[in-house]
Amino acid sequence: MNLSKKRRLQENLGSYMFLVPWLIGFFLLTLYPMGYSLYLSFTRFNIRTPPQWIGLNNYLVMFKGTETLSRDERFLNSMWVTFRFVFISVPVKLVFALVVAMLMNKKLRLIGLYRALYYIPTLLGGSVAIAVLWRRLFASDGLLNMILHTIFGLTNLPAWISNPTYALYTLILLAVWQFGSPMIIFLAGLQQIPREYYEASAVDGAGPIRQFFAITLPSLSPIIFFNFVMQMISAFQSFTQAFIVSGGSGGPLDSTMFYSLYLYIKGFGFSEMGYASAMAWVLLIIIAVLTAISFKSSGTLVSYGSGE
Amino acid sequence: MNRKQTDLAKRLVLNLFIIALALGMLYPILWLLGASFKPSNRIFTEVSIWPSVATLDNYREGWRGIGIVGFDTFFKNSFVICILSALANAIFCSLTAFAFARLKFKGKNLWFALMMITLMLPSHVTTIPRYIMFRRMGWINTFLPIVVPKFFATDAFFIFLLVQFIRGLPRDIDESATIDGCSKFGIYTRIIMPLTVPALITTLLFSFLWTWDDFFNQLLYLTSPNKYTVPMGLRLFLDSSGMSSWGPMFAMSVLSLIPAFILFFSLQKYFVRGIATTGIKG
Repeated sequence: MNLSKKRRLQENLGSYMFLVPWLIGFFLLTLYPMGYSLYLSFTRFNIRTPPQWIGLNNYLVMFKGTETLSRDERFLNSMWVTFRFVFISVPVKLVFALVVAMLMNKKLRLIGLYRALYYIPTLLGGSVAIAVLWRRLFASDGLLNMILHTIFGLTNLPAWISNPTYALYTLILLAVWQFGSPMIIFLAGLQQIPREYYEASAVDGAGPIRQFFAITLPSLSPIIFFNFVMQMISAFQSFTQAFIVSGGSGGPLDSTMFYSLYLYIKGFGFSEMGYASAMAWVLLIIIAVLTAISFKSSGTLVSYGSGE
Repeated sequence: MNRKQTDLAKRLVLNLFIIALALGMLYPILWLLGASFKPSNRIFTEVSIWPSVATLDNYREGWRGIGIVGFDTFFKNSFVICILSALANAIFCSLTAFAFARLKFKGKNLWFALMMITLMLPSHVTTIPRYIMFRRMGWINTFLPIVVPKFFATDAFFIFLLVQFIRGLPRDIDESATIDGCSKFGIYTRIIMPLTVPALITTLLFSFLWTWDDFFNQLLYLTSPNKYTVPMGLRLFLDSSGMSSWGPMFAMSVLSLIPAFILFFSLQKYFVRGIATTGIKG
Protein backbone atom coordinates (compact mmCIF):
# COMPACT_ATOMS: atom_id res chain seq x y z
CA MET A 1 0.00 0.00 0.00
CA ASN A 2 2.65 2.41 1.15
CA LEU A 3 4.86 1.33 -1.67
CA SER A 4 2.27 2.02 -4.35
CA LYS A 5 1.57 5.39 -2.79
CA LYS A 6 5.23 6.21 -3.00
CA ARG A 7 5.34 5.05 -6.56
CA ARG A 8 2.40 7.21 -7.50
CA LEU A 9 4.08 10.20 -5.89
CA GLN A 10 7.22 9.51 -7.86
CA GLU A 11 5.18 9.12 -11.01
CA ASN A 12 3.49 12.47 -10.39
CA LEU A 13 6.77 14.20 -9.61
CA GLY A 14 8.35 12.77 -12.74
CA SER A 15 5.51 14.17 -14.82
CA TYR A 16 5.58 17.53 -13.14
CA MET A 17 9.24 17.93 -14.07
CA PHE A 18 8.09 18.47 -17.64
CA LEU A 19 5.66 21.11 -16.54
CA VAL A 20 8.14 23.13 -14.50
CA PRO A 21 9.02 25.77 -17.14
CA TRP A 22 5.37 26.36 -17.95
CA LEU A 23 4.38 26.46 -14.26
CA ILE A 24 7.05 29.06 -13.51
CA GLY A 25 5.87 31.09 -16.50
CA PHE A 26 2.24 30.71 -15.52
CA PHE A 27 2.73 31.91 -11.95
CA LEU A 28 5.49 34.49 -12.50
CA LEU A 29 4.61 35.91 -15.89
CA THR A 30 0.83 35.47 -16.05
CA LEU A 31 -0.94 34.93 -12.73
CA TYR A 32 1.15 37.23 -10.56
CA PRO A 33 1.13 40.06 -13.14
CA MET A 34 -2.64 39.67 -13.47
CA GLY A 35 -3.13 39.98 -9.73
CA TYR A 36 -0.71 42.88 -9.58
CA SER A 37 -2.42 44.77 -12.40
CA LEU A 38 -5.77 44.22 -10.69
CA TYR A 39 -4.30 45.78 -7.56
CA LEU A 40 -2.75 48.63 -9.56
CA SER A 41 -6.10 49.33 -11.16
CA PHE A 42 -7.28 50.60 -7.76
CA THR A 43 -4.29 52.91 -7.36
CA ARG A 44 -2.65 55.97 -8.76
CA PHE A 45 0.78 54.92 -9.90
CA ASN A 46 3.42 56.65 -11.99
CA ILE A 47 6.15 53.96 -11.59
CA ARG A 48 8.57 56.37 -9.82
CA THR A 49 6.68 56.69 -6.54
CA PRO A 50 4.83 53.87 -4.75
CA PRO A 51 1.23 53.19 -5.80
CA GLN A 52 -1.42 55.14 -3.94
CA TRP A 53 -4.76 53.47 -3.18
CA ILE A 54 -7.67 55.39 -4.68
CA GLY A 55 -10.35 52.71 -4.65
CA LEU A 56 -12.65 52.67 -7.63
CA ASN A 57 -11.61 56.11 -8.86
CA ASN A 58 -9.95 54.89 -12.07
CA TYR A 59 -13.06 53.00 -13.06
CA LEU A 60 -15.31 55.90 -12.09
CA VAL A 61 -13.31 58.30 -14.21
CA MET A 62 -13.76 56.03 -17.21
CA PHE A 63 -17.51 55.79 -17.07
CA LYS A 64 -18.91 58.46 -14.77
CA GLY A 65 -16.37 60.92 -13.40
CA THR A 66 -15.73 61.70 -9.74
CA GLU A 67 -16.24 64.81 -7.60
CA THR A 68 -12.86 66.16 -8.60
CA LEU A 69 -12.36 64.62 -12.01
CA SER A 70 -14.67 64.73 -14.98
CA ARG A 71 -15.46 61.72 -17.09
CA ASP A 72 -12.71 60.64 -19.48
CA GLU A 73 -14.34 61.32 -22.84
CA ARG A 74 -11.22 60.17 -24.67
CA PHE A 75 -11.59 56.77 -23.06
CA LEU A 76 -15.22 56.45 -24.10
CA ASN A 77 -14.29 57.61 -27.58
CA SER A 78 -11.54 54.97 -27.80
CA MET A 79 -14.08 52.35 -26.79
CA TRP A 80 -16.50 53.57 -29.46
CA VAL A 81 -13.76 53.61 -32.12
CA THR A 82 -12.68 50.10 -31.18
CA PHE A 83 -16.22 48.70 -31.18
CA ARG A 84 -16.84 50.16 -34.60
CA PHE A 85 -13.57 48.76 -35.84
CA VAL A 86 -14.28 45.28 -34.46
CA PHE A 87 -17.91 44.97 -35.47
CA ILE A 88 -17.44 46.32 -38.96
CA SER A 89 -14.12 44.72 -39.85
CA VAL A 90 -14.76 41.23 -38.48
CA PRO A 91 -18.08 40.48 -40.24
CA VAL A 92 -16.92 42.01 -43.53
CA LYS A 93 -13.67 40.08 -43.31
CA LEU A 94 -15.50 36.81 -42.66
CA VAL A 95 -17.92 37.31 -45.55
CA PHE A 96 -15.04 38.07 -47.86
CA ALA A 97 -13.04 35.10 -46.52
CA LEU A 98 -15.99 32.78 -47.15
CA VAL A 99 -16.53 34.03 -50.70
CA VAL A 100 -12.86 33.61 -51.55
CA ALA A 101 -12.75 30.21 -49.83
CA MET A 102 -15.58 29.05 -52.10
CA LEU A 103 -13.61 30.22 -55.13
CA MET A 104 -10.55 28.43 -53.80
CA ASN A 105 -12.55 25.23 -53.41
CA LYS A 106 -12.89 24.86 -57.18
CA LYS A 107 -10.85 22.22 -58.93
CA LEU A 108 -8.43 24.25 -61.04
CA ARG A 109 -4.94 23.40 -62.10
CA LEU A 110 -3.35 26.49 -60.56
CA ILE A 111 -5.41 26.42 -57.37
CA GLY A 112 -2.35 25.91 -55.15
CA LEU A 113 -0.78 29.07 -56.51
CA TYR A 114 -4.04 31.02 -56.14
CA ARG A 115 -4.42 30.01 -52.51
CA ALA A 116 -0.87 31.19 -51.82
CA LEU A 117 -1.48 34.52 -53.57
CA TYR A 118 -4.62 35.19 -51.55
CA TYR A 119 -2.76 34.51 -48.35
CA ILE A 120 -0.01 37.07 -49.03
CA PRO A 121 -1.86 40.09 -47.58
CA THR A 122 -2.30 38.17 -44.31
CA LEU A 123 1.31 37.10 -44.32
CA LEU A 124 2.57 40.65 -44.63
CA GLY A 125 -0.32 42.78 -43.36
CA GLY A 126 0.61 42.81 -39.69
CA SER A 127 3.97 44.41 -40.33
CA VAL A 128 5.08 47.97 -39.80
CA ALA A 129 6.14 48.04 -43.45
CA ILE A 130 2.58 47.55 -44.69
CA ALA A 131 1.21 50.05 -42.19
CA VAL A 132 3.70 52.58 -43.52
CA LEU A 133 2.61 51.74 -47.04
CA TRP A 134 -1.03 52.20 -46.06
CA ARG A 135 -0.22 55.62 -44.77
CA ARG A 136 1.13 56.50 -48.19
CA LEU A 137 -1.68 54.86 -50.14
CA PHE A 138 -4.34 56.96 -48.48
CA ALA A 139 -2.48 60.23 -48.02
CA SER A 140 -3.80 63.33 -49.78
CA ASP A 141 -1.13 62.88 -52.45
CA GLY A 142 -1.07 59.11 -52.05
CA LEU A 143 -1.54 56.32 -54.53
CA LEU A 144 -5.33 56.09 -54.27
CA ASN A 145 -5.86 59.76 -55.01
CA MET A 146 -3.25 59.59 -57.74
CA ILE A 147 -5.25 56.82 -59.40
CA LEU A 148 -8.57 58.60 -58.89
CA HIS A 149 -7.09 61.77 -60.30
CA THR A 150 -5.03 60.58 -63.25
CA ILE A 151 -7.29 57.75 -64.39
CA PHE A 152 -10.75 58.93 -63.41
CA GLY A 153 -10.06 62.67 -63.49
CA LEU A 154 -11.54 63.31 -60.05
CA THR A 155 -10.50 66.38 -58.12
CA ASN A 156 -11.10 67.69 -54.60
CA LEU A 157 -10.32 64.30 -53.14
CA PRO A 158 -10.19 63.85 -49.36
CA ALA A 159 -6.92 63.11 -47.56
CA TRP A 160 -8.29 59.80 -46.35
CA ILE A 161 -5.80 59.17 -43.59
CA SER A 162 -5.90 62.66 -42.12
CA ASN A 163 -9.65 63.04 -42.39
CA PRO A 164 -11.50 62.03 -39.19
CA THR A 165 -14.47 60.74 -41.19
CA TYR A 166 -12.44 58.27 -43.26
CA ALA A 167 -9.32 57.45 -41.23
CA LEU A 168 -10.90 54.56 -39.34
CA TYR A 169 -12.19 53.04 -42.56
CA THR A 170 -8.69 52.85 -44.00
CA LEU A 171 -7.77 50.73 -40.97
CA ILE A 172 -10.89 48.61 -41.38
CA LEU A 173 -9.92 48.05 -45.00
CA LEU A 174 -6.44 47.02 -43.89
CA ALA A 175 -7.95 44.51 -41.46
CA VAL A 176 -10.38 43.09 -44.04
CA TRP A 177 -7.55 42.81 -46.54
CA GLN A 178 -5.94 40.28 -44.20
CA PHE A 179 -8.66 37.67 -44.62
CA GLY A 180 -6.27 34.75 -45.21
CA SER A 181 -6.52 32.84 -41.95
CA PRO A 182 -10.33 32.56 -41.84
CA MET A 183 -10.22 31.78 -45.57
CA ILE A 184 -7.98 28.76 -44.97
CA ILE A 185 -10.15 27.58 -42.10
CA PHE A 186 -13.31 27.96 -44.22
CA LEU A 187 -11.63 26.09 -47.03
CA ALA A 188 -10.83 23.19 -44.69
CA GLY A 189 -14.49 23.25 -43.63
CA LEU A 190 -15.82 23.31 -47.17
CA GLN A 191 -13.75 20.26 -48.02
CA GLN A 192 -15.43 18.37 -45.17
CA ILE A 193 -18.95 18.78 -46.59
CA PRO A 194 -19.92 15.51 -48.30
CA ARG A 195 -20.40 15.85 -52.06
CA GLU A 196 -23.55 13.74 -51.90
CA TYR A 197 -25.40 16.58 -50.17
CA TYR A 198 -24.96 18.76 -53.22
CA GLU A 199 -25.66 15.96 -55.67
CA ALA A 200 -28.85 14.93 -53.89
CA SER A 201 -30.13 18.49 -53.67
CA ALA A 202 -29.31 19.07 -57.35
CA VAL A 203 -31.48 16.08 -58.20
CA ASP A 204 -34.25 17.74 -56.19
CA GLY A 205 -33.80 20.83 -58.35
CA ALA A 206 -31.96 23.12 -55.94
CA GLY A 207 -29.86 25.84 -57.58
CA PRO A 208 -26.50 27.09 -56.32
CA ILE A 209 -28.02 29.87 -54.20
CA ARG A 210 -30.47 27.51 -52.56
CA GLN A 211 -27.63 25.06 -51.98
CA PHE A 212 -25.53 27.74 -50.37
CA PHE A 213 -28.20 28.60 -47.83
CA ALA A 214 -29.46 25.07 -47.27
CA ILE A 215 -26.19 23.15 -47.19
CA THR A 216 -23.02 25.25 -47.17
CA LEU A 217 -23.97 27.82 -44.59
CA PRO A 218 -25.45 25.42 -42.00
CA SER A 219 -22.55 22.99 -42.41
CA LEU A 220 -20.04 25.77 -41.86
CA SER A 221 -21.85 27.45 -38.98
CA PRO A 222 -19.58 26.03 -36.24
CA ILE A 223 -16.54 27.24 -38.17
CA ILE A 224 -18.06 30.64 -38.85
CA PHE A 225 -18.74 30.95 -35.16
CA PHE A 226 -15.22 29.88 -34.23
CA ASN A 227 -13.71 32.33 -36.69
CA PHE A 228 -15.92 35.11 -35.42
CA VAL A 229 -14.91 34.66 -31.79
CA MET A 230 -11.20 34.38 -32.58
CA GLN A 231 -11.16 37.35 -34.95
CA MET A 232 -13.14 39.43 -32.49
CA ILE A 233 -10.72 38.72 -29.64
CA SER A 234 -7.70 39.66 -31.71
CA ALA A 235 -9.38 42.69 -33.31
CA PHE A 236 -10.05 44.18 -29.88
CA GLN A 237 -6.32 44.11 -29.23
CA SER A 238 -5.18 45.72 -32.50
CA PHE A 239 -2.38 48.16 -31.96
CA THR A 240 0.43 48.33 -34.50
CA GLN A 241 -1.57 49.45 -37.53
CA ALA A 242 -3.32 52.30 -35.74
CA PHE A 243 -0.09 53.34 -34.08
CA ILE A 244 1.86 53.57 -37.33
CA VAL A 245 -0.89 54.99 -39.50
CA SER A 246 -1.68 57.74 -37.02
CA GLY A 247 1.98 58.33 -36.13
CA GLY A 248 1.34 57.17 -32.57
CA SER A 249 -1.30 59.79 -31.87
CA GLY A 250 -4.57 57.99 -32.60
CA GLY A 251 -5.48 61.00 -34.70
CA PRO A 252 -6.87 62.82 -36.56
CA LEU A 253 -9.11 64.00 -33.72
CA ASP A 254 -8.78 60.62 -31.96
CA SER A 255 -10.63 58.96 -34.84
CA THR A 256 -8.19 56.03 -34.88
CA MET A 257 -7.63 55.95 -31.13
CA PHE A 258 -7.89 52.20 -30.61
CA TYR A 259 -8.36 50.94 -27.09
CA SER A 260 -4.85 49.43 -26.97
CA LEU A 261 -3.35 52.61 -28.29
CA TYR A 262 -5.05 54.73 -25.66
CA LEU A 263 -3.95 52.26 -22.99
CA TYR A 264 -0.38 52.57 -24.23
CA ILE A 265 -0.53 56.35 -24.32
CA LYS A 266 -2.01 56.52 -20.82
CA GLY A 267 0.36 53.98 -19.28
CA PHE A 268 3.60 54.77 -21.03
CA GLY A 269 3.05 58.27 -22.40
CA PHE A 270 1.47 59.87 -19.35
CA SER A 271 2.81 57.30 -16.83
CA GLU A 272 -0.70 56.72 -15.50
CA MET A 273 -0.06 53.05 -14.89
CA GLY A 274 -2.91 52.58 -12.44
CA TYR A 275 -5.38 53.92 -14.96
CA ALA A 276 -3.88 51.85 -17.76
CA SER A 277 -4.16 48.72 -15.59
CA ALA A 278 -7.82 49.49 -14.97
CA MET A 279 -8.27 49.84 -18.72
CA ALA A 280 -6.64 46.43 -19.22
CA TRP A 281 -9.10 44.86 -16.82
CA VAL A 282 -12.07 46.53 -18.48
CA LEU A 283 -10.85 45.12 -21.80
CA LEU A 284 -10.52 41.66 -20.26
CA ILE A 285 -14.09 41.88 -18.98
CA ILE A 286 -15.44 43.14 -22.31
CA ILE A 287 -13.77 40.29 -24.19
CA ALA A 288 -14.89 37.70 -21.63
CA VAL A 289 -18.51 38.94 -21.74
CA LEU A 290 -18.64 39.09 -25.53
CA THR A 291 -17.10 35.61 -25.80
CA ALA A 292 -19.64 34.28 -23.31
CA ILE A 293 -22.51 35.90 -25.23
CA SER A 294 -21.20 34.41 -28.47
CA PHE A 295 -21.05 30.95 -26.92
CA LYS A 296 -24.55 31.32 -25.47
CA SER A 297 -26.08 32.44 -28.73
CA SER A 298 -24.19 29.76 -30.65
CA GLY A 299 -26.65 27.23 -29.24
CA THR A 300 -29.41 28.61 -31.45
CA LEU A 301 -27.37 29.88 -34.39
CA VAL A 302 -24.93 27.06 -34.90
CA SER A 303 -25.95 23.64 -36.10
CA TYR A 304 -23.69 20.77 -35.20
CA GLY A 305 -24.24 17.96 -37.67
CA SER A 306 -24.91 14.42 -36.55
CA GLY A 307 -21.36 13.47 -37.46
CA GLU A 308 -19.83 15.48 -34.66
CA MET B 1 -20.94 24.99 -78.73
CA ASN B 2 -20.97 21.60 -77.13
CA ARG B 3 -20.80 20.96 -73.42
CA LYS B 4 -17.07 20.50 -73.31
CA GLN B 5 -16.50 23.90 -74.85
CA THR B 6 -18.84 25.74 -72.50
CA ASP B 7 -17.12 24.01 -69.63
CA LEU B 8 -13.77 25.19 -70.89
CA ALA B 9 -15.07 28.74 -71.32
CA LYS B 10 -16.45 28.71 -67.79
CA ARG B 11 -13.11 27.60 -66.43
CA LEU B 12 -11.30 30.30 -68.34
CA VAL B 13 -13.60 33.00 -66.99
CA LEU B 14 -13.20 31.67 -63.47
CA ASN B 15 -9.41 31.62 -63.76
CA LEU B 16 -9.34 35.14 -65.16
CA PHE B 17 -11.62 36.39 -62.40
CA ILE B 18 -9.45 34.84 -59.67
CA ILE B 19 -6.29 36.29 -61.20
CA ALA B 20 -7.81 39.75 -61.64
CA LEU B 21 -9.02 39.82 -58.05
CA ALA B 22 -5.64 38.65 -56.78
CA LEU B 23 -3.83 41.32 -58.79
CA GLY B 24 -6.17 43.99 -57.44
CA MET B 25 -5.44 42.87 -53.92
CA LEU B 26 -1.72 42.60 -54.39
CA TYR B 27 -1.43 45.86 -56.31
CA PRO B 28 -0.35 47.91 -53.24
CA ILE B 29 2.44 45.43 -52.47
CA LEU B 30 3.59 45.34 -56.08
CA TRP B 31 3.47 49.12 -56.22
CA LEU B 32 5.63 49.24 -53.08
CA LEU B 33 8.12 46.92 -54.72
CA GLY B 34 8.20 49.07 -57.86
CA ALA B 35 8.40 52.31 -55.89
CA SER B 36 11.45 51.09 -54.01
CA PHE B 37 13.36 51.20 -57.31
CA LYS B 38 12.05 54.57 -58.45
CA PRO B 39 13.99 57.79 -57.93
CA SER B 40 12.45 59.73 -55.03
CA ASN B 41 11.02 62.49 -57.21
CA ARG B 42 9.03 60.00 -59.28
CA ILE B 43 7.54 57.86 -56.51
CA PHE B 44 4.50 60.03 -55.99
CA THR B 45 3.84 60.79 -59.59
CA GLU B 46 3.82 57.26 -60.99
CA VAL B 47 0.78 55.03 -60.66
CA SER B 48 2.38 52.22 -62.60
CA ILE B 49 4.14 49.40 -60.85
CA TRP B 50 7.00 49.24 -63.28
CA PRO B 51 9.57 52.02 -62.68
CA SER B 52 10.20 54.10 -65.81
CA VAL B 53 13.69 54.77 -64.46
CA ALA B 54 15.15 52.17 -62.11
CA THR B 55 17.78 52.85 -59.48
CA LEU B 56 19.28 51.16 -56.45
CA ASP B 57 19.90 54.48 -54.68
CA ASN B 58 17.01 53.94 -52.28
CA TYR B 59 18.48 50.67 -51.10
CA ARG B 60 21.94 52.13 -50.73
CA GLU B 61 20.72 55.13 -48.79
CA GLY B 62 18.22 53.16 -46.69
CA TRP B 63 20.78 50.57 -45.69
CA ARG B 64 22.93 53.35 -44.23
CA GLY B 65 20.07 53.91 -41.79
CA ILE B 66 19.56 56.84 -39.49
CA GLY B 67 22.33 58.67 -37.67
CA ILE B 68 25.09 56.23 -36.81
CA VAL B 69 22.98 53.07 -36.81
CA GLY B 70 22.61 51.24 -40.09
CA PHE B 71 19.88 48.86 -41.16
CA ASP B 72 22.30 45.95 -40.84
CA THR B 73 22.11 46.47 -37.06
CA PHE B 74 18.31 46.43 -37.12
CA PHE B 75 18.30 43.23 -39.15
CA LYS B 76 20.86 41.58 -36.90
CA ASN B 77 18.82 42.48 -33.81
CA SER B 78 15.60 41.21 -35.36
CA PHE B 79 17.20 37.93 -36.34
CA VAL B 80 18.74 37.38 -32.91
CA ILE B 81 15.44 38.03 -31.14
CA CYS B 82 13.37 35.97 -33.56
CA ILE B 83 15.67 32.96 -33.73
CA LEU B 84 16.03 32.75 -29.95
CA SER B 85 12.28 33.15 -29.50
CA ALA B 86 11.46 30.53 -32.09
CA LEU B 87 13.87 27.98 -30.61
CA ALA B 88 12.71 28.62 -27.05
CA ASN B 89 9.07 28.26 -28.08
CA ALA B 90 9.74 25.03 -29.94
CA ILE B 91 11.61 23.45 -27.02
CA PHE B 92 9.58 24.59 -24.05
CA CYS B 93 6.13 24.53 -25.60
CA SER B 94 6.72 20.99 -26.84
CA LEU B 95 7.96 19.89 -23.41
CA THR B 96 4.76 21.27 -21.89
CA ALA B 97 2.60 19.83 -24.65
CA PHE B 98 4.14 16.40 -24.13
CA ALA B 99 3.17 16.51 -20.46
CA PHE B 100 -0.40 17.53 -21.25
CA ALA B 101 -0.89 15.10 -24.09
CA ARG B 102 0.86 11.98 -22.82
CA LEU B 103 1.67 11.98 -19.11
CA LYS B 104 -0.62 11.14 -16.22
CA PHE B 105 -0.50 13.32 -13.15
CA LYS B 106 -2.72 14.78 -10.52
CA GLY B 107 -4.36 18.09 -11.37
CA LYS B 108 -3.72 17.74 -15.10
CA ASN B 109 -7.21 18.80 -16.14
CA LEU B 110 -7.06 21.90 -13.99
CA TRP B 111 -3.69 22.98 -15.37
CA PHE B 112 -4.81 22.29 -18.89
CA ALA B 113 -7.94 24.38 -18.43
CA LEU B 114 -5.85 27.23 -17.01
CA MET B 115 -3.49 26.99 -19.97
CA MET B 116 -6.44 27.22 -22.35
CA ILE B 117 -7.72 30.30 -20.54
CA THR B 118 -4.38 32.05 -20.94
CA LEU B 119 -4.83 31.46 -24.66
CA MET B 120 -7.82 33.81 -24.73
CA LEU B 121 -6.37 36.36 -22.31
CA PRO B 122 -5.69 39.82 -23.71
CA SER B 123 -2.00 40.42 -23.10
CA HIS B 124 -2.75 43.89 -21.73
CA VAL B 125 -3.53 42.57 -18.25
CA THR B 126 0.06 41.43 -17.84
CA THR B 127 1.81 44.17 -19.79
CA ILE B 128 2.24 46.77 -17.06
CA PRO B 129 3.31 44.48 -14.19
CA ARG B 130 5.75 42.71 -16.52
CA TYR B 131 7.15 46.06 -17.54
CA ILE B 132 7.61 47.04 -13.90
CA MET B 133 9.23 43.69 -13.13
CA PHE B 134 11.64 43.83 -16.05
CA ARG B 135 12.47 47.45 -15.29
CA ARG B 136 13.37 46.56 -11.73
CA MET B 137 15.64 43.81 -13.04
CA GLY B 138 17.41 46.32 -15.27
CA TRP B 139 16.20 44.62 -18.43
CA ILE B 140 14.95 47.73 -20.23
CA ASN B 141 16.75 48.26 -23.52
CA THR B 142 17.82 44.61 -23.70
CA PHE B 143 16.31 41.70 -25.66
CA LEU B 144 15.56 39.82 -22.45
CA PRO B 145 11.95 41.01 -21.84
CA ILE B 146 11.04 39.84 -25.32
CA VAL B 147 12.96 36.57 -25.38
CA VAL B 148 12.97 35.25 -21.80
CA PRO B 149 9.18 34.73 -21.46
CA LYS B 150 9.41 32.27 -24.34
CA PHE B 151 11.67 30.06 -22.22
CA PHE B 152 8.71 29.63 -19.88
CA ALA B 153 6.24 28.49 -22.53
CA THR B 154 4.08 31.59 -22.21
CA ASP B 155 2.81 31.33 -25.79
CA ALA B 156 -0.08 29.00 -25.04
CA PHE B 157 -1.06 28.95 -28.69
CA PHE B 158 1.89 26.72 -29.52
CA ILE B 159 1.29 24.43 -26.56
CA PHE B 160 -2.24 23.92 -27.84
CA LEU B 161 -1.03 23.31 -31.38
CA LEU B 162 1.49 20.70 -30.22
CA VAL B 163 -0.95 19.02 -27.82
CA GLN B 164 -3.39 18.58 -30.69
CA PHE B 165 -0.65 17.10 -32.81
CA ILE B 166 0.73 14.73 -30.17
CA ARG B 167 -2.78 13.48 -29.36
CA GLY B 168 -3.07 12.42 -32.97
CA LEU B 169 -0.02 10.14 -32.75
CA PRO B 170 -0.61 6.43 -32.10
CA ARG B 171 -0.12 5.56 -28.46
CA ASP B 172 1.19 2.03 -28.85
CA ILE B 173 4.72 3.14 -29.72
CA ASP B 174 5.35 4.98 -26.49
CA GLU B 175 3.43 2.37 -24.50
CA SER B 176 5.69 -0.40 -25.72
CA ALA B 177 8.71 1.82 -25.07
CA THR B 178 7.52 2.28 -21.48
CA ILE B 179 7.29 -1.48 -21.06
CA ASP B 180 10.81 -1.77 -22.43
CA GLY B 181 11.90 0.48 -19.57
CA CYS B 182 12.28 3.72 -21.46
CA SER B 183 12.13 6.76 -19.18
CA LYS B 184 9.65 9.58 -19.73
CA PHE B 185 12.39 11.85 -20.93
CA GLY B 186 13.57 9.11 -23.26
CA ILE B 187 10.08 8.76 -24.70
CA TYR B 188 9.95 12.48 -25.23
CA THR B 189 13.33 12.88 -26.90
CA ARG B 190 13.47 9.58 -28.78
CA ILE B 191 9.87 9.01 -29.83
CA ILE B 192 7.62 12.05 -29.52
CA MET B 193 10.10 14.74 -30.57
CA PRO B 194 11.02 13.10 -33.89
CA LEU B 195 7.37 12.38 -34.67
CA THR B 196 6.28 15.95 -34.00
CA VAL B 197 8.81 17.51 -36.36
CA PRO B 198 6.10 18.89 -38.70
CA ALA B 199 4.31 20.61 -35.81
CA LEU B 200 7.64 21.85 -34.48
CA ILE B 201 8.40 23.43 -37.84
CA THR B 202 5.00 25.14 -37.74
CA THR B 203 5.87 26.40 -34.26
CA LEU B 204 9.29 27.69 -35.33
CA LEU B 205 7.77 29.37 -38.36
CA PHE B 206 4.94 31.18 -36.62
CA SER B 207 7.01 32.19 -33.60
CA PHE B 208 9.63 33.65 -35.89
CA LEU B 209 7.11 35.64 -37.92
CA TRP B 210 5.03 36.83 -34.98
CA THR B 211 8.11 37.91 -33.05
CA TRP B 212 9.35 39.73 -36.17
CA ASP B 213 6.09 41.72 -36.25
CA ASP B 214 5.66 42.05 -32.49
CA PHE B 215 5.97 45.79 -32.64
CA PHE B 216 4.29 46.49 -29.31
CA ASN B 217 6.88 44.76 -27.12
CA GLN B 218 9.77 46.10 -29.16
CA LEU B 219 8.38 49.60 -28.78
CA LEU B 220 8.03 49.09 -25.06
CA TYR B 221 11.41 47.59 -24.25
CA LEU B 222 13.92 48.73 -26.86
CA THR B 223 14.85 52.31 -26.24
CA SER B 224 18.12 53.04 -28.04
CA PRO B 225 18.62 52.79 -31.80
CA ASN B 226 21.49 50.30 -31.52
CA LYS B 227 19.02 47.83 -29.97
CA TYR B 228 16.24 48.56 -32.47
CA THR B 229 14.69 45.86 -34.60
CA VAL B 230 13.61 46.20 -38.23
CA PRO B 231 10.05 47.44 -37.46
CA MET B 232 11.48 49.95 -34.99
CA GLY B 233 14.02 51.03 -37.59
CA LEU B 234 11.22 51.65 -40.08
CA ARG B 235 9.35 53.68 -37.53
CA LEU B 236 12.46 55.73 -36.84
CA PHE B 237 12.60 56.48 -40.55
CA LEU B 238 8.97 57.48 -40.57
CA ASP B 239 9.35 59.90 -37.70
CA SER B 240 12.48 61.61 -38.86
CA SER B 241 11.63 61.70 -42.52
CA GLY B 242 10.65 64.47 -44.79
CA MET B 243 9.23 63.72 -48.21
CA SER B 244 12.67 62.94 -49.58
CA SER B 245 13.25 59.78 -47.58
CA TRP B 246 10.19 57.86 -48.74
CA GLY B 247 12.30 56.05 -51.31
CA PRO B 248 14.79 54.60 -48.79
CA MET B 249 11.87 53.93 -46.46
CA PHE B 250 10.11 51.86 -49.14
CA ALA B 251 13.32 50.05 -49.99
CA MET B 252 13.82 49.01 -46.37
CA SER B 253 10.14 48.08 -46.10
CA VAL B 254 10.60 45.69 -49.00
CA LEU B 255 13.65 44.15 -47.34
CA SER B 256 11.74 43.78 -44.06
CA LEU B 257 9.09 41.67 -45.81
CA ILE B 258 11.54 39.29 -47.48
CA PRO B 259 12.06 36.85 -44.55
CA ALA B 260 8.30 36.27 -44.25
CA PHE B 261 8.10 35.77 -47.98
CA ILE B 262 10.90 33.23 -48.13
CA LEU B 263 9.59 31.28 -45.15
CA PHE B 264 6.08 31.24 -46.56
CA PHE B 265 6.96 29.96 -49.99
CA SER B 266 9.46 27.39 -48.79
CA LEU B 267 7.33 26.02 -45.94
CA GLN B 268 3.81 26.57 -47.22
CA LYS B 269 2.27 23.31 -46.08
CA TYR B 270 3.32 23.96 -42.48
CA PHE B 271 1.51 27.27 -42.66
CA VAL B 272 -1.73 25.66 -43.64
CA ARG B 273 -1.41 23.15 -40.82
CA GLY B 274 -0.78 25.85 -38.28
CA ILE B 275 -3.82 27.84 -39.32
CA ALA B 276 -6.14 24.94 -39.97
CA THR B 277 -5.54 23.10 -36.70
CA THR B 278 -6.06 26.06 -34.46
CA GLY B 279 -7.07 29.11 -36.39
CA ILE B 280 -6.07 31.57 -33.74
CA LYS B 281 -4.69 35.03 -34.47
CA GLY B 282 -4.18 36.82 -37.71
